[in-house]
Amino acid sequence: MEEMLEVVREYIIEEYVEDDSEVTFDTPLISGGIVDSFSMVSLKRFLENKYNISIPDDKATPEAFDSVNKICVLVKEYIA
Amino acid sequence: MAYSDKTRGMYSDILTGLQDAGLFKMERYIHSPQAADIEVEFPSGSSLKKVINICANNYLGLSSHPDVVKAAHEGLDSHGYGMSSVRFICGTQDIHRQLENMVSEFLGTEDTILFPSCMDANAGVFEAVLTKDDVMISDRLVHASIIDGIRLCSAMHDTFKHSDMAHLESKLQLHHDRRLKMVITDGVFSMDGDTAKLDEMAALCEKYDALLFVDESHASGFIGKTGRGTHEKYGVMDKVDIITTTFGKGLGGASGGCVSGRKELVEMCRQKARPYLFSNTIAPPVVAGVIKVLEILSANTELRDKLEKNTEFWRKGLTEAGLVLKDGDTPIVPVMLFNAKLSQDVSRGLYEEGVYAIGFFFPVVPQGQARIRTQISAGHEIHHLEKALDAFTKVGKKYNILGKSKQEIIDMYGM
Ligand SMILES: Cc1ncc(COP(=O)(O)O)c(C=O)c1O
Repeated sequence: MEEMLEVVREYIIEEYVEDDSEVTFDTPLISGGIVDSFSMVSLKRFLENKYNISIPDDKATPEAFDSVNKICVLVKEYIA
Repeated sequence: MAYSDKTRGMYSDILTGLQDAGLFKMERYIHSPQAADIEVEFPSGSSLKKVINICANNYLGLSSHPDVVKAAHEGLDSHGYGMSSVRFICGTQDIHRQLENMVSEFLGTEDTILFPSCMDANAGVFEAVLTKDDVMISDRLVHASIIDGIRLCSAMHDTFKHSDMAHLESKLQLHHDRRLKMVITDGVFSMDGDTAKLDEMAALCEKYDALLFVDESHASGFIGKTGRGTHEKYGVMDKVDIITTTFGKGLGGASGGCVSGRKELVEMCRQKARPYLFSNTIAPPVVAGVIKVLEILSANTELRDKLEKNTEFWRKGLTEAGLVLKDGDTPIVPVMLFNAKLSQDVSRGLYEEGVYAIGFFFPVVPQGQARIRTQISAGHEIHHLEKALDAFTKVGKKYNILGKSKQEIIDMYGM
């Protein structure tokens, strides 16, 4: 889990953060305006490719993607 | 009565909130035609003030050009005032199709379809040509109307960092499995005045078999050697698949927009785009005016050449005065002030000096990037620009920002 948290955090910083704001495991991503709900799709596809899973669209909600912690909980559900 | 006191109170609270947050927008009433010199009533009820306008999208000075006004009068006489119908019932005149053909000729495309506005063109085009099997990959700074159009479309949507070609390429790879990929950008970005790297984008689109979409609203008529747009500037006239643009800025400034490009895509819009199907198109006198605009711009490059000279003069003058500008070579020249209140104060100071320019701050531009956006026109004469430079120098002195770096301004005023 630790490792997954780091992987996801790194991806988010690389992909979405354009200044030097900090992202913790609990930083609100979508409600906090870091990830706009529009760009969520690449995060979803990244997770699916990386962990070889498929997250149904109705589970990939802005709420479920709103922090690194929440994302990892979601991903775990789909890892066989 | 359904509009109860409770409902009214709810809305007035929201509006008061906007006012308290400094986000409340107020109109200034202009009593003259749109031009370099205008007469403004501001605040509402005050006496008229003559000012130089440097915040209009009137890039070519055609908004009140005598030939355009005359053509609109003649169009009104020959084709009437309105059509009282959408295009496909009984709302299409010969001049609508004539204008579509002229736009295709001007932009170097296969076909064109008119829309009531470019907002409508952008709102309708994606849904008309893409499905849920496709992906739209847009620059993160595209115009709000494109974002709305993307929202109305069922295709998957992703973004790339502003003008970051490596990031765009990674997105094209990530989405390689979609039926169609469409890369979406503005040609000239309206807040920063920079241009999309269309040569590199076209090459990436070729490599990854993607369609290229460009909104040319702030480019048509003056960017590129003969003013055809950003695709001309970057030498990719034949590589852009869809262009949207407006007649509400450089091309006469009245209203109307279009989708122009590959003929099958344009035909898809004619069959399916909702703002085309369910809203009246451009009114006859305006169509006649835009036809004249394109005639003027096709005859020679005088106006765009003058605009280019004016822009050079303006950028050089502001730089020499010691202001911080965003780099670029378009007539959109942002004077950076970083702090929101400072941008409002400078705007007010300029107005007192007889120069009309507006401060932009968050959320219109990112936090800490407040600015005065100046926009140069072929309708400006050098004396207008000299007077506006004097005003900038005077107000800049007052706020002690001349010759100061970004960091020094931020240290003085904060972000
Ligand atoms: C890039 C861009 N696209 C579209 C539009 C909308 O144009 P119109 O006024 O024709 O709806 C604008 C105008 O603000 C714009 O800046």
